Amino acid sequence: MSLRSPLSKVLGRGSAGEGVGHWWMQRVTAVALIPLTAWFAISLITSSLQSYEAMRGWLGQPWVAVLTLLLVVTLAWHAKLGVQVVIEDYIHSKGAKTTLLLLSTFIHVVAAVAGCFAILRLALA
Amino acid sequence: MDQRPISPHLGVYKFAYTMSLSILHRITGCAAAVGFLLFVWWLMALASGPDSYARAMQVLSSPLAKLLLVGFTFSFIYHFCNGIRHLVWDTGRGLERAQARRSGLLVIIAALLLTALAIWFACSAMGFAPVSP
Repeated sequence: MSLRSPLSKVLGRGSAGEGVGHWWMQRVTAVALIPLTAWFAISLITSSLQSYEAMRGWLGQPWVAVLTLLLVVTLAWHAKLGVQVVIEDYIHSKGAKTTLLLLSTFIHVVAAVAGCFAILRLALA
Repeated sequence: MDQRPISPHLGVYKFAYTMSLSILHRITGCAAAVGFLLFVWWLMALASGPDSYARAMQVLSSPLAKLLLVGFTFSFIYHFCNGIRHLVWDTGRGLERAQARRSGLLVIIAALLLTALAIWFACSAMGFAPVSP
């Protein structure tokens, strides 16, 4: 006899109550980051973008801005999920764990918003 | 509830070098997360205008900052390479011990080579050749 309720079987969220959402998004963002980071790193090191004007002009182009926006959001998301697992695994005191998880979430959201704002300002100025 | 038995922790396993690659994946991931914050700070400096961008580049050109940038570059590249290794494992491939050791070695070599390449490109972009012709 199973003690699991029909509802919990249908939702499939397991004992943690969260299902595989975290695990899956970590992989989805990882796959997306392969082309995004490779494109950004290769573009940055192979072009001569030493001056402020050159860098600004490059990042302000429509497709460069769109891809860099995607890069910032995906990086922030992936980093948030990864740092969360590290905190959950190594910090055992409940108070410290909750505080650090909140802090990490806030920092990643602020970084994502700031990064997006900076790119939009460069692209739309 | 706090006194429930827990399963034995990592200490019960005999050391294998692939374990250090695994912990290095976490360490480099955390370092790359800090590097991401630095990247956003740089983007904000760029968006704030030529003066703040010049100040940011000044900060980034100090020897300590350069050392940190090399560390962030290696962290990111190692995490990138080993992350692909993890994604391949997620498909159920390459999990045999010999295969995991071989792919681990490949990741270390690739990460070191790509880091060297990135440093070489960065040096030549800044106008000084790391190796004199």
